[in-house]
Amino acid sequence: MKQFTHFLEGFGSAVQLLFQSARFVGTLPRQRARFIDQCYLIGYTTLPIVAILCFFMGSVLALQSGYSMENFGAKQFIGSLVGLSFARELGPVIVAILVAGRVGSAITAELASMKVYQEVDALVTMNIPPARILVLPRLAAVLVMMPVLAIIGNLIGWFGGAVVCKYVESIAIEPEAYFSALRRYMKFKDVGTGLMKAEIFGFVVVLICCSIGLNTRGGPREIGASVTKAVVVSLISILVLDYFVTKALM
Amino acid sequence: MNPPIHRNPITAVESPAVGVTIDGLTKNFGTFQALKNVSFTVEPGEIFVLMGPSGSGKSVLLKHIVGLEAATAGRVLINGQDATAEHTLERIRIALVFQAGALFNSLSVYDNLALYPREHRFGDEATIRDKVMRALQILSLENSAQKFPSELSGGMRKRVAIARALVMEPQLMLYDEPTSELDPVMSATISEIIATLKDEYHVTTIVVSHDRELALGIADRVGILMGGELVFLGPPASLRQPADPRIADFFHPRIDLKNPRFKTLET
Repeated sequence: MKQFTHFLEGFGSAVQLLFQSARFVGTLPRQRARFIDQCYLIGYTTLPIVAILCFFMGSVLALQSGYSMENFGAKQFIGSLVGLSFARELGPVIVAILVAGRVGSAITAELASMKVYQEVDALVTMNIPPARILVLPRLAAVLVMMPVLAIIGNLIGWFGGAVVCKYVESIAIEPEAYFSALRRYMKFKDVGTGLMKAEIFGFVVVLICCSIGLNTRGGPREIGASVTKAVVVSLISILVLDYFVTKALM
Repeated sequence: MNPPIHRNPITAVESPAVGVTIDGLTKNFGTFQALKNVSFTVEPGEIFVLMGPSGSGKSVLLKHIVGLEAATAGRVLINGQDATAEHTLERIRIALVFQAGALFNSLSVYDNLALYPREHRFGDEATIRDKVMRALQILSLENSAQKFPSELSGGMRKRVAIARALVMEPQLMLYDEPTSELDPVMSATISEIIATLKDEYHVTTIVVSHDRELALGIADRVGILMGGELVFLGPPASLRQPADPRIADFFHPRIDLKNPRFKTLET
């Protein structure tokens, strides 16, 4: 019962933070510098790990599907399988998980530390709402960067699959055939659905991480506890949301 | 009688000084009662020093004045306006100097000071620069403008925190333990700064402190909180020979090794 109350409190506080931030959307043009900083942190610093992970996920997916589909004589469909899996599911989920681990944890640590060391209280006494300068630029930046990361993740994942298909002897499918199969069964809607999911996951992750960071109470030890909580809650939220968003967008 | 005229230390613009009324303030944290029906008034333009042992509720009271805590019962009025109302911070400029400074660690000293005027659009960058440099000069910090908080000593951090408060052009200044962790010379300097702001600019000031010298040296009036209750309210001169044994013990503590508390430590 107590945990359910905590869950409701956390949910309520995240929704409240969302509405507080929305009140200041008009101030975004004045906060260009903060917005660009956050785009750099969320997008550019996450890109290398997105690239590495998506490349190997694409490779493994092609390898596994090559092994299984050979029995049915359906190797020519590997391109379609890797393409659709990445566009609709793996791309947005992997990118969101990486953003939660790489960016979300950093956001929570920074905001929790600001809260514990009274920097957030100082902002409140200066009549500068933390939602305006600490949360809004991050939410805006993640909305811009998530589709970019998801598109790059998709392209690199597809490329990883193509490399395996060409160089693994048991599969041996030429890139032309691989990409032709990928294009044949892929609709624009599939990519659009994936990007929409990435957008929703990224936004929710950053909102959760900001909310948990700003609600940190106690001393420095609580900063670590908040970071752990933020990452765990984000990961669970991504996977739970994934089911409902996928169903809604079908 | 008209209230004294507050003169802005940065712009020299004059406005009436503000007063604070604490009316039956009670604060509970779960079952713990941090403040018990505390009432007093701080007159416009005066320095009010709030003293008391650790955990007596001084800082909690300060947080109520600036609207960081909501009262369980009672209220805080600043110039007759509820401190928790959103518009109060928009109409009355209140600055709180936190015990640890609460400087923004990712910003330079200059940017720490410039944040408030930039966010509230107090003119162009040149105007803001003038304000910031004036505040830094008042606190003798003009050579530290480009340093980061991590590069400053404890005393400098306190002075930067006071300079940041000055840039807000406050009508009400609140200090939380401004001389804690400072050497006697730096403590005296901070005390002089607080007194100067009051004498020259009539900034209404509330200081929370353990520092007896500071209280007796600069206060117009002193309040003493013990266990969340206001046990003394009056001029600092009355504290030289306090009649209440609790206050006498707080002001002139005697170390008695036969006291039961030391016996507890031995076991």
